[in-house]
Amino acid sequence: MEITASQIIFCILSALIVGGSIMTVVSRNILRAATYLLLALIGTAGYYVLLNYHFLAGIQISVYVGGILVLFVFSIFLTSQVGEKMPKVSWSKTVFAIIASLLGAGLCLFVLLTQSYPYAEQVAQTEISMQAIGLSLMGTERFQYLLPFEAISILLLACIIAGILIARKK
Amino acid sequence: MDISLVIGLVVDYFSKNPMAPYLIVSTIMFFAGVYGFITRHNLLAMLMSLELILNAVNINFVVFNRFLYPGQMEGMFFSIFAIGVAAAETAVGIAIIINVFRSGKKIETSEVNTMKY
Repeated sequence: MEITASQIIFCILSALIVGGSIMTVVSRNILRAATYLLLALIGTAGYYVLLNYHFLAGIQISVYVGGILVLFVFSIFLTSQVGEKMPKVSWSKTVFAIIASLLGAGLCLFVLLTQSYPYAEQVAQTEISMQAIGLSLMGTERFQYLLPFEAISILLLACIIAGILIARKK
Repeated sequence: MDISLVIGLVVDYFSKNPMAPYLIVSTIMFFAGVYGFITRHNLLAMLMSLELILNAVNINFVVFNRFLYPGQMEGMFFSIFAIGVAAAETAVGIAIIINVFRSGKKIETSEVNTMKY
């Protein structure tokens, strides 16, 4: 049985993602939870690199890690004392949540893993060129995405205005 | 049962089904997010669980795109747009949370039980 380098990298990234996401929801210090979320998000970016979606990995790092997570850390500093622990969750609620998520995970895994997929003949090993991505974003033909692109731009504009309006001092 | 036999079976299954390990990891990530969304009392921590859920869905889109339709880019573009929407949603959510904190000095869900008046 041969173990390739990409399999080892996959295992490391999986450990990062699984550990990071579980610790995010279990850790009682909210700043630590944000740090574990960082690990999970970086692991996801690693997955995208492993699958040859380098542009998406760059977006993941710059938007999620550089934008959203920094926003989270800022607002944690604004709203809580450093070192403050979140109160313990009640026992019955924890049990209920564990049962709900385990049942859901079991159901999803059962459906996903017993399904047989029409795998593509060969998985493309090349990355998608920036030119192809740009051309697909800037067109109205089939498989081109000008409309969602513009919709996202309107959404972001609305979101900027809403953020300023909601968070400004009265 | 012999442990190496089990490992051999698992490796055999994964080599026939190369998408499965990615799907398992993203399922674990998704339901960790669900668990956090149920148990957390802090609004910011709930928003973080929501990020985990969105991220797991993005992984699924990309993996299905890469393994089943490698010549096309729908999954990647859906992930890109989902990341944009997630960024917008988080920014507005955090603005609302900071406003709630300013009016009540608490962001626990049990404390936030009145709207404007």
